[in-house]
Order: sequence, then structure tokens, then C-alpha cells
Amino acid sequence: MVVAEQKPLEELLEMIRPYERIILVGCKGCVAVCAAGGEREVRFLASAIRTHRGTEGRKIEIREVTLERQCDPEYVEQLRGFASDYQAMLSIACGVGVQFLAERYKQIPVFPGVNTTFVGGAEKQGVWGERCQCCGDCVLHLTGGICPITRCSKSLLNGPCGGSSNGKCEVDPSIPCGWQLILDRLKELGQMERYLELIPPKDWSKSRDGGPRKVQREDLMR
Amino acid sequence: MNDYKSQSRLERVLKAGYFAVTGECGPPRGADPEAIRKKGELLIGCVDAVNVTDCQTAVVRMSSLASCLILKEMGFDPILQMVTRDRNRIAIQSDVLGAAALGINNILCLTGDHQKAGDHPQAKNVFDLDSIQMVQAIKRMRDEGRFINGEELTVRPRLFIGAAENPFADPFEIRHLRLAKKVAAGADFIQTQCIFNVKRFREWMKRVVDLGLHEKVYILAGITPLKSVGMARYMKTQVPGMDVPDELIERLKGVPKEKQGEEGIKIAIEIIQEIREIEGVHGVHIMAIEWEEKVKEIVEGAGLLPRPQI
Amino acid sequence: MRLIRVPCSGRVDSLYLIKAFEKGADGVFVAGCLEGECHFLVGNLQAKRRVQYVRKVLQAMGINPERLQMYNLSAAMGSRFSEITWEMTEKVKALGPSPVKLGKGKEV
Repeated sequence: MVVAEQKPLEELLEMIRPYERIILVGCKGCVAVCAAGGEREVRFLASAIRTHRGTEGRKIEIREVTLERQCDPEYVEQLRGFASDYQAMLSIACGVGVQFLAERYKQIPVFPGVNTTFVGGAEKQGVWGERCQCCGDCVLHLTGGICPITRCSKSLLNGPCGGSSNGKCEVDPSIPCGWQLILDRLKELGQMERYLELIPPKDWSKSRDGGPRKVQREDLMR
Repeated sequence: MNDYKSQSRLERVLKAGYFAVTGECGPPRGADPEAIRKKGELLIGCVDAVNVTDCQTAVVRMSSLASCLILKEMGFDPILQMVTRDRNRIAIQSDVLGAAALGINNILCLTGDHQKAGDHPQAKNVFDLDSIQMVQAIKRMRDEGRFINGEELTVRPRLFIGAAENPFADPFEIRHLRLAKKVAAGADFIQTQCIFNVKRFREWMKRVVDLGLHEKVYILAGITPLKSVGMARYMKTQVPGMDVPDELIERLKGVPKEKQGEEGIKIAIEIIQEIREIEGVHGVHIMAIEWEEKVKEIVEGAGLLPRPQI
Repeated sequence: MRLIRVPCSGRVDSLYLIKAFEKGADGVFVAGCLEGECHFLVGNLQAKRRVQYVRKVLQAMGINPERLQMYNLSAAMGSRFSEITWEMTEKVKALGPSPVKLGKGKEV
């Protein structure tokens, strides 16, 4: 899933400073799972913003809405009836949601309330880790199910580098060396001979380097 | 019939069977050619070839290629170091052609330290290729006259291709396998990370020899003289992939501060003499970081002067 | 002072804490069981984390985080409880009315 983190409160408050009537839009998708932009977070943030306004002796009207998903025009449409009554939207969905709202409601500014950080999953309660770089050309079958592009800080395909120490990455001791993980796994799977194979240079044109991408399903299109 | 791969003096020294000596220069943090010339002056007559680092530890320094040229003008056979951190395959192939055109004969292919450790941690990194893919690419350019995409180039870059390997990095069990990969990719020579734990290096060399790699690639053992206990401790704890045995630190501690540098040089010479006896070692690569003036003393003390005239 | 009883301090949602300040509370304290003695095992630890989180939010808004406190005591410690209420009241008195009520800007 997409993992995001709420922006520092000071930054958020600065974005909405000039406005008295805003819609605070949450999302029940990924950001709800990582507790950055779901319904609970909408309620908390709305209360925090109102509290802050109180300290300034100002008022703010916040319409609290949580859409099923903000990455779907069908749900984004649900704001149609009242969007024009407000001066701005603060979306705490991922970058996709913010953009979908902005595309649909061109007349009012839409602000990002979270920093969308990565594609990943829950490592344990309250901790999410990056797992996928969306490179568009998955090689997990070659590396025992561990991604060299994401888990190796240098995205090496023929790793590890010389900076691996005690199974930790030279960038930060809290980061496990991606290639150590891969080698351990290849050993467990009895696939060590894969290690000697030289993986050729990656086709980065399939990843974001090749420009913004699209996926089309002819069989599902109207 | 000349079956050398390049015009490299290092290649000729190694092929003739001499125990080779290479040195290293770190370029300055400014547009100052004199800084490189001064370091070069300290190495004249002591080395067969000299490396120039490429923004080592991800810190901005004068480019390796420019520095190599300055050293070439002084009569050295420079080894251009190139990291994959800062350049994509287009720039790498371009710089390889440029280096060869300017008469640089040796290139050392490295992945590069991550920029987080350097002075511009906010920079975007590249890592389009890894060091092994770079070795393979340059070999293809040299021996087949083709770029990575398969298209023909006009004049082939005749470079002696090197790579680095760290016998002390984790995981230890695959380090010789990684070397095998680099050899398969086309590496002509290898320089290792600096050695302080000779026993462990010996173990690694045994595995390397068992795989027959010493007959396919020239291996130069890395040597760095320790200036002080502080430096030894720093390298032991702060530099990843470095193995500094406690005995060495104790040995330096047992000597008054002013004499520690001298002791460090003695240790370096001893290590050189020990590793010379190990099967498969074809030379040494001396990295006297910010202490280039001691290289002559070390090379001389190890009985490696004068360098062969080739 | 308004007292709200909950079966476990772990039941106190961060939302209640911020809402209290939104509505003009000058101070809030959460009283939970002694650490290691939570009837529901870790409720008081969760409450502690939430209190720490909301204190950071208050700080970011210029409200003195000292207005929000966590205390630990057992149900039998009646005199400790009155000590706490007295302590908290004095602290909040010294800090003055909440900046949310005053509407004159940041206090920290």
C-alpha cells in the first residue's frame, strides 16, 4: 500500500492560513491503514486546527469528509454538491488523492496534508517499511522474493557492495543490507547458483525514469 | 605480437611477473592543479601506476579524469576511478571514450559510497549500473567495439580494467564469489580494501586460489599505514567493511604518541612482506590517505624499490 | 475541574485530549494505573504514548505542552490522587488561561 505521514503541523497551518472555510478530506484507503489520513485522523486534525485558530482569536469552518478512496473519480464526485461553498480543500490522502481532487475541483485550491513517502507494508504495529520502487519490471523471482531495487540502498542488481557490515547497510545501521537478506534467502531456498549469474543492466525506461506511466486494460474499457 | 589489452604500464609490469606497486591520490576540494602536482611529486619513482579517487565518500572533489591528466603530464600512468553513484550509462560510456582519447590507460570500476555519507546528502543518486555491469560494459567496448545497447562504436577504448573487492565486508562467505563475478564480467585487475587482518586475508586468498581466480585476474592487496591509535580506532569502528585487529591497536598504544606514526609504517611494511608470500597476490596498492609523503618510505622499507623500467 | 471516568486509561482516545483543548480546557491530565499493573495489561502504556503525541501537537501550535500530563497511581492511593489534582490545578493556575480562550496567539 501507499504509506504517508502527516506533514508537520506548522506547515499545514501555514497552507490554510488565509482561509475561513475549508473541506478536510480523508480517505478510507491506504492512508487510513497507516493512520495518516483516515476518518480518525480527519477528526483529530480538524480539532487541532480549530484549537489553533482559537489561540489566534480566529474562527474556521471545517467540513469533515472521508471518502471511500480519493483515487477514484466516482468517489471524488461525491463532493460536488458543496465544494463550491468552500474556499479550499485540505486532503490528507496520498498524492494521488490530492491530484484527483485538484483535477476535479479546478476552482478551489487543494492542499496536501500528508507527505506521501513510499509503497510498503506493516512490519509490525505502528511501523511501516518500504518494499517496492514501482520499477515496472519485477525481478523478485531472481532474488528469493526480496527486492534489490528497494531493499538495497544502491539498488544493486549484483550486490552486495563493500560497505555491508554485520548484515547492515552502510547508510544506516538500522537498515538491513538488502543483499545480505537476498543471499540468506537464496541459501534457504537452495538457489545459491543464482548468485553467480550476472544480472544485466536494468531497463529503467519501464520505471518512472521513462516518464509518467499508464496501465490500460482494453478488455475493461468502454 | 603485442597482445596487451592497453597501453597501460601497470599491465606490462604485471604481465612481466613483477610484484606491482600502485599508489593513490585524492584530488583537492577546489580548482587547484598544484594540489595534485604536489602529491604526485611525492610518488615519483615509487609506483607503477597511481589511482585518482572519484569523489570518495561522496564528497565533492576535483574530477578524477582532470586529476589523471595532470598526473599523466608528470609522467605517471594514472588509474581513473569511476563510481556508478553519480553517472548513468550514457555518461559512463562517454567518459570512458573521453578518458581513452586523452591517453588514460587504466580504469577502476566502483559502485561508490552512498551520498548520505558525503557532503551533499540531499543529492539524487544514479546507480543506473552497478560496478559489475560497468566492468562488463567497458570490456564490451574494448573487446567487441560495442556499446551497452549493442551498437558499434568507431575507435575502441583500450583500457586495462580494474575493480575493487573487500575481503572483509560482510557476508564473508560470498566475497570470493563476488570476485568470481567480477572476473567473469571482465576485470583484468583487482585492488582490495586495506588489509590489517592478514590471517583473514589469507583465508580469503585461499578461497580465491581454490577457484583459480588468481590465474584470471591480477590481485593487488590494499595497504594503508596507520598514523595513530586514534586513526586505528576510527577505522575499526566508523568505517564499514574494515577489520582492524585489536592486537594492532594494542601495539600502537604501547608506543608513545610521537612514535605511533613510525610504528604504523613498520606495521605496513610487515604486512606487505607477509602478504607477498601469499599465493595469488600480484602486488600492493598503497593508500596513504593524506600521508602520501610516507609512500616512498614504505615501498623502500618493503624492498620494492627501484620500480622496474618498462 | 471535570472528572471523567473510564474503565482503563487506554480507553482515552487522542481525539478526546485535543478536543478538550479545542473546547477551552486550561489543562488535562490522564490518571492511569502504575506501570506494570494495568488491569488490561498495556492500556496505561498506550495512554502514555498518546499523551506524548498530543503534547507534541500542542507544542507545534504554540500551546504549552505542560497543560497535558499523565500520572500513574493505583486505585487505592486516594491521598496521591488529591495530591495530583492539587499539583495539576496549581500548575495550570500558574500557566494562566488557555491561549485558545485568550485568542491572543502562541504562549510557547
